[in-house]
Amino acid sequence: METYVLQIFNGISVSSILMLAALGLAIIFGLMKIINMAHGELIMIGAYVTFVTQNIFMSYVDKDYFDIYFIFALLAAFVITAFVGYLLEITIIRHLYGRPLDSLLATWGVSLVLQQLARSIFGAPNVDVKSPTWLDGGILIWGDLQLPYKRLFIMLLVALCICGVYYFLYKTTTGRRIRAVMQNRTMAKSLGINTRKVDAMTFAIGSGLAGIAGCALTLLGSIGPTLGTNYIIDTFMVVVLGGVGTIIGTVAGAGIIGLGNTTFEFLTDASLGKVLVFSVVILFLQWKPQGFFTIKSRALDE
Amino acid sequence: MLDVSGLDAYYGDSIILKNISLRIKQGQVVCLLGRNGVGKTTFLKSIMGLVKTPNGSIMLDGTEIIKMPSYNRALQGIGYVPQGRDIFPNLSVYENLLLGLERNKNNSTLDESIYELFPVLKTMLKRKGGDLSGGQQQQLAIARALVSIPKLLLLDEPTEGIQPSIIQEIAKVIKKLKSKGNITMLIVEQYLEFVLEVADYFYVMDKGCIVMEGNTKYVEPRQIQAKIAI
Repeated sequence: METYVLQIFNGISVSSILMLAALGLAIIFGLMKIINMAHGELIMIGAYVTFVTQNIFMSYVDKDYFDIYFIFALLAAFVITAFVGYLLEITIIRHLYGRPLDSLLATWGVSLVLQQLARSIFGAPNVDVKSPTWLDGGILIWGDLQLPYKRLFIMLLVALCICGVYYFLYKTTTGRRIRAVMQNRTMAKSLGINTRKVDAMTFAIGSGLAGIAGCALTLLGSIGPTLGTNYIIDTFMVVVLGGVGTIIGTVAGAGIIGLGNTTFEFLTDASLGKVLVFSVVILFLQWKPQGFFTIKSRALDE
Repeated sequence: MLDVSGLDAYYGDSIILKNISLRIKQGQVVCLLGRNGVGKTTFLKSIMGLVKTPNGSIMLDGTEIIKMPSYNRALQGIGYVPQGRDIFPNLSVYENLLLGLERNKNNSTLDESIYELFPVLKTMLKRKGGDLSGGQQQQLAIARALVSIPKLLLLDEPTEGIQPSIIQEIAKVIKKLKSKGNITMLIVEQYLEFVLEVADYFYVMDKGCIVMEGNTKYVEPRQIQAKIAI
């Protein structure tokens, strides 16, 4: 019994990480139709920002306050990664709108450059980030079953991010502009919305969310230049499975893939588990090529 | 008010408009007539900056706008109602109207008077734009362009595919706006009676050129009919 509960908990935990990583990608892919292969490297940047913040706190801040570094790291990861995303958009991505295949190749190139950059700055071996002490330990449910605070914290963080993104997209003026551009770029332009600004900002926010995901990942293990590569495939699968451009789809997609991964791995082994998950996704997409949640509406004159 | 001269427009490499010139005076309602495919919609799009216009000049109130991106042209005071209405399908009617206010940077509250012009919209503010019927979408598109009180309103085939009673309502709205006199309109249309009812001046276009123009009061409808009939 305990094993099963723990498995389900782990499944949800994996899902929550995927959700966080996929949320940014879903926004970028949904709004701009840009296949951003460098999304994984944006996650990596977030992780290294956390590492650097930790080092700064170790060297310059009183030991008693060390534990709060993680809060600063979260903010820094978002801001810095968003800024990197912004630079990426105004230099490279903006030339690739409406050319999905080119965007795939170009962003893959960017991802290789970023990986090598990380290797040159931080070295090839993985580095460790020391988690704040308030996240050590866990809640003891019964017997040996313990739910670690770190994973609970990540789940809470993910829930906050999803609510934040939902509020931002659906309740604010800027969010309304973003959705307008997403649905009809030409008309949005004709109404006086500066689409260039909206594009750059959306890309920056999607990137910033990847940064938060990277920061959260440092709680679960050591980080290296290829950190993002491990996540990019699953993340894309979440977006495609969930349906492009919907938050609820991303949540559902991540839930299925995360739980599926852990369940199949538990029942078989790591590689066969992966194969099974992929097969299920392929079969599902045969049945519903648009993913779980599609934006449908009575479209006139189309 | 609007002064277009020597304008060329392209889709990709193919030229659609050749050396077009057209003038609209302040407060005038001008109609652009013509058969399908002669470049009427392209002309509106080139005013809006949605197609390539390498040569020519578009002056709005003395300002050259041909080099501006679309969103800046909108900020100059142009309201645009495209042919397919282009309502944002997954935004509510209310949100669609709010987006019409994007042009006014310092005004973000909706003026209730828009519901006097289009009472039907008030009853469906919460519904998705894409769930409205064609006629309702057309009214929403016009309302969306009007909420920010544009200097120049561009209407692309407002009567296309719409039942007569709603066409009459739209005509009424246009005449009401005209009587206030602070709005200038350029309407692309094929429905001749509608044009003669609402417009002061007309241009007829054929194969990317203006072939006829005149005052709607003094023209013999049959002469126009001859130019636009197939």
